[in-house]
Formats: sequence, structure tokens, C-alpha cells
Amino acid sequence: MLAYMVRRLLYAVPILIGVNLITFALFFMVNTPEDMARAQLGAKQTSPEMIQAWKENHGYDKPLFFNSQAEGVNTLTQTLFVQESLKLFMLDFGQADNGRQISEDIQERMWPSLAIALPTFLIGLVTNIALALLIVLFRGSVLDTATMVVAVAIMSISGLFYIIAGQVLFSKLLHWVPISGYQSGWEMWRFLILPVAIGVFAGLGAGVRWYRSIFLEEINKDYIRTARAKGLSEIRLLFGHLLQNGLLPILTGVVVIIPTLFMGSLIMESFFGIPGLGSYTIDAINAQDFAIVKAMVFLGALLYIIGLILTDLSYALFDPRVRFDA
Amino acid sequence: MVGVLLALMFGLQLSGCSQDDPWNRPYTQSQAQSNTLFSSFATPPKHLDPVRSYSANEWAIISQVYEPPLQYQYLKRPYTLEPLTLTQMPEQRFLDERQQPVDADSDQVRYTEYHFYLRDDIRYQPHPAFARDKDGQFLYHNLTPAQLDGLERPGDLAQSGTRRLVAQDYALAIKRMAYKPNHSPILGNMRHLIVGLADYSDRVSQQRLDLTALRDTPIEGVHVHSDTHFSIRIHGRYPQFLYWLSMNFFAPIPWEALAFYQQPGLVKKNLTLDTYPVGTGPYRLVENNPNRQMHLQRNPHYQHGTYPSEGLPEGADPALLADAGRALPLIDDVIYSLEKESVPLWNKFLQGYYDASGVSSDSFDQAISVSSQGELNLTPEMQEKGIAFLSAVQPTVFYLGFNMADPVVGGYDQSARQLRQAISIAVDMEEYISIFLNGRGVAAQGPIPPGIYGYERSREHYNDVVYRWQKQGPVRRSLDEARALLSKAGYPNGQTPEGEPLTLYYDTPATGPDAKSQLNWYRKQLAKLGIELVIRATDYNRFQEKVRGAKVQLFSWGWNADYPDPENFLFLLSGNQAVINTNGSGVNASNYDRPQFNQWFDQVKRLPNGPKRKALIRKMVRLVQHDAPWVWGLHPKSLSLFHNWYHNVWPNPMANNTLKYRRLDPETRVANQQAWNRPVVWPLWLLGALILVSIYPLMAAYRKRQQQTLTQPAISQKSTSDQGKQTREDV
Repeated sequence: MLAYMVRRLLYAVPILIGVNLITFALFFMVNTPEDMARAQLGAKQTSPEMIQAWKENHGYDKPLFFNSQAEGVNTLTQTLFVQESLKLFMLDFGQADNGRQISEDIQERMWPSLAIALPTFLIGLVTNIALALLIVLFRGSVLDTATMVVAVAIMSISGLFYIIAGQVLFSKLLHWVPISGYQSGWEMWRFLILPVAIGVFAGLGAGVRWYRSIFLEEINKDYIRTARAKGLSEIRLLFGHLLQNGLLPILTGVVVIIPTLFMGSLIMESFFGIPGLGSYTIDAINAQDFAIVKAMVFLGALLYIIGLILTDLSYALFDPRVRFDA
Repeated sequence: MVGVLLALMFGLQLSGCSQDDPWNRPYTQSQAQSNTLFSSFATPPKHLDPVRSYSANEWAIISQVYEPPLQYQYLKRPYTLEPLTLTQMPEQRFLDERQQPVDADSDQVRYTEYHFYLRDDIRYQPHPAFARDKDGQFLYHNLTPAQLDGLERPGDLAQSGTRRLVAQDYALAIKRMAYKPNHSPILGNMRHLIVGLADYSDRVSQQRLDLTALRDTPIEGVHVHSDTHFSIRIHGRYPQFLYWLSMNFFAPIPWEALAFYQQPGLVKKNLTLDTYPVGTGPYRLVENNPNRQMHLQRNPHYQHGTYPSEGLPEGADPALLADAGRALPLIDDVIYSLEKESVPLWNKFLQGYYDASGVSSDSFDQAISVSSQGELNLTPEMQEKGIAFLSAVQPTVFYLGFNMADPVVGGYDQSARQLRQAISIAVDMEEYISIFLNGRGVAAQGPIPPGIYGYERSREHYNDVVYRWQKQGPVRRSLDEARALLSKAGYPNGQTPEGEPLTLYYDTPATGPDAKSQLNWYRKQLAKLGIELVIRATDYNRFQEKVRGAKVQLFSWGWNADYPDPENFLFLLSGNQAVINTNGSGVNASNYDRPQFNQWFDQVKRLPNGPKRKALIRKMVRLVQHDAPWVWGLHPKSLSLFHNWYHNVWPNPMANNTLKYRRLDPETRVANQQAWNRPVVWPLWLLGALILVSIYPLMAAYRKRQQQTLTQPAISQKSTSDQGKQTREDV
């Protein structure tokens, strides 16, 4: 297994280089270093000398991919791409264009992101599975049909609608929770309950339908038929046998998400004023702050790769037929 | 969902929330009861270092912390400067080539020297940078890893100190401005103005910042005479220099703060002068979390400001002078929370959780009603809540520019001028203001906005190219007159001499769906003359690039006043500022370049306000009205709403340090918040009951299934079902 993991981690290096390369190319296709300097220095009173000084100060005076002024290997190494990429691989994210340390900001912002993403994920997972099992229990009934219709309806409506409707209903009309904001410590829950509830509800449609189809596929298998023939109650059948065996396909979709929970939710954080990493990325794109954009894309790719590796490992844990030795 | 609701009930019980105490309050009850102003910010400030910061959202914070030598009087109009940290207004001395004093109106004037006399009772906010031990050594200028561990803000350090404001601090601010890696946005202007600044800047910027070098190296034109007296010598005459001295770029910087913040351990933790300012103003920044909240707290050492007792403009509420003579600030704390979206911001204001708010286009109809005469009033809903509003024309101009270097719309010959004049008449800015700004604007007559010296809209001084004077004032000329002008220009009915429709190109960075209706409106305005307008929408970067390269024909642009002087608007049409003459760095985007105008501008720049200056300004405005390098767009109106517990609110677009004058009545605030936000509890019980009721049929159905016996008919009926319908009868 160790060899497998090392091999997978080594595979990650070219993937991360590729991701970085694409990020560089896309970003600088839209924003030149001069645009970035103007965005930071402001439109007023900005002279070419100031722009040049800013570029030199932030290292954007180097060529992107090929330095024709340099010689030998320096033609490739003395470039913005190589210099910045090397730092990323050492997890040195450097400074944002406003001078703040990106690592410090990420450490500070990942907790609010987690505070909203983790409960949404866990409560959503449990709710989706519980509802899917309930529907499977009453499969073929009116409840099954009605739930599927509602699930499709929930999926069809934009998440933005749930956010605004939730804010208007629960905060403006019923006055139950603050409409937006965030506080650390125990007070945090008052600000999280609405976004978490909305996040769970918005994910119900797709989640329930997916888990239902997984469970329906399992419920016709021989081991279920045998268990039922032995006289097991439906509840024991569902939770004791069906859920356990249905976990494997669930793991595929779930474990890969876990590391990326740190990255936060772009829309939810923005609307609820949660100071997480999702809004950090959006702000950076709007401010043309390449240092943050590349750091967040790199981090996202890295966490996704970690998620994939964890998924593979979880296969081995839950399914004895899967081995990494071959 | 049941769990969520139960959690809600449980949590509210634990929090001790009652029916009287609102559940949806985004802060604690004790905060609501305190003398704390609650406000918001949409964009996190990038820079709080006064040498660098030049954005309104940043100045809203640092102007409460820093004190440049001068400030604008809060109430008085027209905008008037007054001493802030000085004992009197700066003393001006005019010098000749040999730096000998000469009369103010002498032709020999080559330099102007400003002398500043500081008050001796001003002290800095408490800060660890000033803390010393009993031997007089600084406690925190060499922080150890143990001291840095867990440090989140400078206030976490146990000790703090202060010291008196001295003239050297102002000199240090100018020296920091000169240091190029600090990226001061006004260095380009000041290096040619302050004597010796350019040399100094080039010299100190060659090496890495050395605090000692900055402190000990003198600038030729900046001289510290004593702890309370310093002078600045500038080239020639430039009366507007005083306005610059009311900006934060000239705020004093204590060297101890620089020594403290240059420690690498603090830089690594984002604790710098750019994040935690150190000033002498009425407030100090105790929390700077640009991702969530900024917290200003009363500076305990501030004791030199009092509420003004004069300057109340005509028609203003006399209650604005109720606090005359009171020591400032009148509010203890100010908490700014990050609000990116307008919906929660507006609703929190209506719930009483924010004390004041602007009016976005989304909430305009809910807040403001426009009378048939175009007057803005509060809606009954707002009046019922006791909300008040203030409207003020901003010292800003938005215009539709012609590129004067363009072969079709540019140039100074009669034909091109008539084409621009015809378009100026056809583009109905009054209609634009009504449709797109809900009446929140004033159609411009020229480049100078209302409230700025030189703005005129009288019968003698309106824009007679675009308007006719009638009883009710200037009325836009008719389309027939515009068409006649167009014919004279050589484009009868909008046709070129070749018989093709005249096609013009409008460059814009507005690409979103909201912009579509505005762009269509522009197209229709020109279509009234038979001119086809082609929209070239692009992203903001490319748009700026095109304007800087003079590669546009028509474009929209704007300018917000740096200071209340016509020079700050007329220079937008000065040939020296034309982008084609300055390699793209000038502010004259329309490339208007008339020698006569440029000559008058040079005179206006150096003259103090008076009849001679006013006459020149009139001639300049008349010339550009005639040449029409811009369609004179509009001056926007700001609208601010505030609750009845928030007092002394008065719009002053030039001043940024106005928080110290505001007053709150927290008791009224708490009472209103409770009245407006009583939780509606019955849906919770109803929902709980519905869930409980629905459990019974499910249980019954489950039991029925479990107890169902295997029968032949059951098999025959069910066995043909699809996979999803298989039940235990299948077995």
C-alpha cells in the first residue's frame, strides 16, 4: 500500500505542474502584469514609472515562460512561471498584492469555511441517506413517487433562490436568525444555522435521488433476498445489510469531497458574509490578485488529489476484495 | 430538518433569548446598548498605510485615525479648510529666485513656503510601539518568538505607551512618500512640486528602506524648525497645495511605529503599518479583520477636537448645532462588518441593526418615492420607522467623451464641432437620469460640478450650445436644432456624403446583462439623428488600454474630486494631461488640446479664488461648451438613509473624518430593534406538529408491511412489478 501511495503522490507532481501551467496561461491571457499594477495602484495619478516599480517589487517584471535575456537553463528558470511554481511546491504562497501573507490568510479563513462546509456535508449526508432509505422502505408507493417529484423540483431551482428566500423567510419575516454575518466562538451557531439548513436542503434533491438509486440496485441482490427469507425486519435489513454494502459507491463520491471542504463555498459565503476561503478566491479574481488565485487553484488541485488517494484507500478498508499489491 | 429546528429551539434557549430580545440580532444585546455605531463595508480595504491608501473605503477608516495638518469644516459651504493639528492656518511666504521674501502678487515669486505651527497638546493613541521599560528602552522593538506566539493584533501585547505629536513626524511622512517602493500615488505630483523631493526620492529609493536614512536625510524643501514648527517649500505658486495637506498622505508618522512594524515576525503575521495604523485621531483601530470586521475604538488620548459651533448652511436643520462645543468624538466604538450583498445589508438596516445605509437600485422603490416634479421623498414605510434621508450632489462628473484625435468626431474644425454639438443635444441626459438613476443626478452644464468654485447655472452662464433658457431654466434644445447642426456638419439625416449612414463606435467596459438596456439607450439617442452607434464592449483592462492608446471614438468616463477646486476638473481637458501627449498616463482621456485653454488653465492653476480667476474659469468653460469634447453627462446625487437615533448626520463629500461628529441614542435603538424583530414562533410549533403527525401514518404503513402475510393473490399482483416496486411478497 505504501508503494501505491508513493506512486500516486509522484503522479500528482505532473498534474500539479499542468494545473499551474493552465492557471498561468489563462490568467495572463486576461490580465497583463500592467493591468494588475493598475488594479492595485488605482486609476488616479498612476504614472508608467509607478507601474514599473510595482512590477519590479512584485516580481512581475520577469517574462512569463521564456527569458530571452538570460542564457542557458536560466532562459527557463528566470521566468515568472518557474519562480512562482517552485515556491508553490514548497507550499510557500508568498504575499498577496496588498502585502498580506497568503498562508496566514488561508489559515485564518479555512476555519469559517469548515464551520459552514463540514456541518452542511455531514448533516446533508445523514439526511440524504436517511431519506433515501425511507423511500426505499416504501418503494413503489405514493410516498416514493411524491418524494421523487419533489426531489426533481428541488434540483431544478437555483441555489441562489434558496439563499434569498431563506434569508427573507427566516430572518426578515420570522425573525429567527441573523440574515448574515459571522462571529467566532459559541455565538457562531446563530450565524451558521441558516446557511447550513439551506445548504442541506438545496442538496436534498440530487442526494436523495442518487442514494435511492444505489440502494435500489442493492436491494434486489441475492444476499438481501436471503436475509429477508430468514425473516429479518425491513429496518434491520436496511441498516444492517443494505447500508453497509451500499457504502462502497457512496464512498467514491463522498471521500473525495472531504479535503476540498476547506476550500469553502463561493456563493454561500458571499451571501452570508462568512469570511471563508470561497469568498477569498472570488475577491482575488475580482481584484486581479494573481498571487492568491494561483495559490488557491494549486491548493484546490492538491486537496482534490489527496481526496482521490483517500478514496482509493477507503476502498481497501471497506471492500476486502480490493488490494493494492498487484 | 427536524434536527435543525430542534437545534434552533435548543440553542435559543441556551442563549437565553426571550421574546423581547431579538433572535436575529447579529451582535449581542450589550453591544446594542453601548454607544457603538454599526456600519458595513463591501470591499475589504487593501491598504491602511496613509502613504499608499487612496480609496474611499480605505479613507473611511484611516481618516478617523490619522490627522493631517488641515481638515474641511464639517458644516460650512462652500468647502472650507481649517486647522486640525495646527494652531492656525499655515502661514504662506513667497520667495524669489534667491529665496528672499517678495510680495504675494510679485512677478518674482519662484517659491511658496508654508509654515506650520503645531498644537503642543496632541498625543498618539496608546500603542506598544511607544512602550518603554523603566530604563527608557523600547519594550517591543525586538520581539522574541515567545512574544510573537499567539499574537494576533498589536493590542495583544501587554504594555502600551504614547508620546506627543512633533513636527518631525510630518517630515517623516513626506520622506516615506518619496520612497518609491511605498508606491505613494501622489509621488508623481509632489516630486515636481516640493523642492528637493525628486532628488531625495531618487536617492533613497536606490537602496532597501533604511529607517535611519529616512529620518536623518533631509529634503531640501522640508524643514523642521522645532518640535512644533515645520515648513514646506514648493516651486512657484500653487494655492491648491493646501487641499493636499488635508489628505492622509500628509498625516504624521511616528518613527517608533516604523521601527516596531519592520520586525519580520510581525510582517509574517500581517501586522504592519498597512494593517494597524498609529495616529493621533479620535479613534484607533483595535481590530482589523478585512475578511469580517473592523473595529474602531475611541482614542483615550484624543482631547483636541470640539463640535463646530458655526457654519450651519441655510436651510439645514438647526439641531445640527445642538452639540456645539462638545468634546469629540461623540461615539465610543464603531464596528464595520463585511457585507458583500445588498439584500442582507438593506434588510439589516430595516431591522435596525445598521444605523445608516445608502440606497441601492434594488431597494430604491421601497425607500424613495419620486414626485411628479422629480423631488425625492421617503416612502410611508420608511417614514413610519422614523427613518430620515439626506441627498447631496457629489463633486463628481460622468461624461460621454469624444476622442478629439479621432478623424471623424475629433478635431477643431467647424464640421467636427457641429457633429459633436448635435450629438450633445440628442443624448438626453435628463432622460438618462430619470430612467437609470431614479432621478439621482443633475445634468451637467460643463466639467465643473455643483458645490465647486466656478460652477454656474444662471441665465448668463448656462450651456447655450445644448440648452435654451426658458422661464423654468435651461431646457434642452430640440432634435430639429440637432439635425440642423448635423446637416451643417455634412451629415444630413445622419448620412455621410457617400449616402451611407454615419456609423460611430462606442467603447465600454459594461458587458453585463444590466448594461444592455443602457447601451441600447445610447444607441437610440444617436438613432434619433440617423446615426448608427456600434457598441464595442470589452473587459475593463482592455477598455483602459484602448483609452490610453487613444484607440476609441466615443467612451464613458468619470472623475471624482480630489479637492474642491475647479483646477481638479479643468485639468481633465488640459493638453498637458492628454493621453496621446503623455504616453497614456494623463487624465485627459478625450485628448482635448487647445492652446488657448491650456494657457488659461496655467493661470487658473496659480490664481487664488477671486474675480480674475472666476472670469478665466468662465472663459474656459464657455470654450469647452462650444468645442463639446464631452457630452456633458451628469453629476450624481448620493442618498443616505439613517435611523432616528443617529444624529448630526450631514453630507460632506470632501471630508472623510466626519465620524467624530456623529452621535447615537442607543436606548432608542434597542427599543426599536426589539419592536421590529419580535420572533414569530408559531410556525415552529406548527412545523413540529406536522412532523409528528406525519410520523404516525409512516409507522402504520411500515407495520402493515411487516405484518402482511404471503398470499397467492399478492404474489400474482406484485410479482410483475418492476425492480423499484419489488416487495417482500416477491420472496
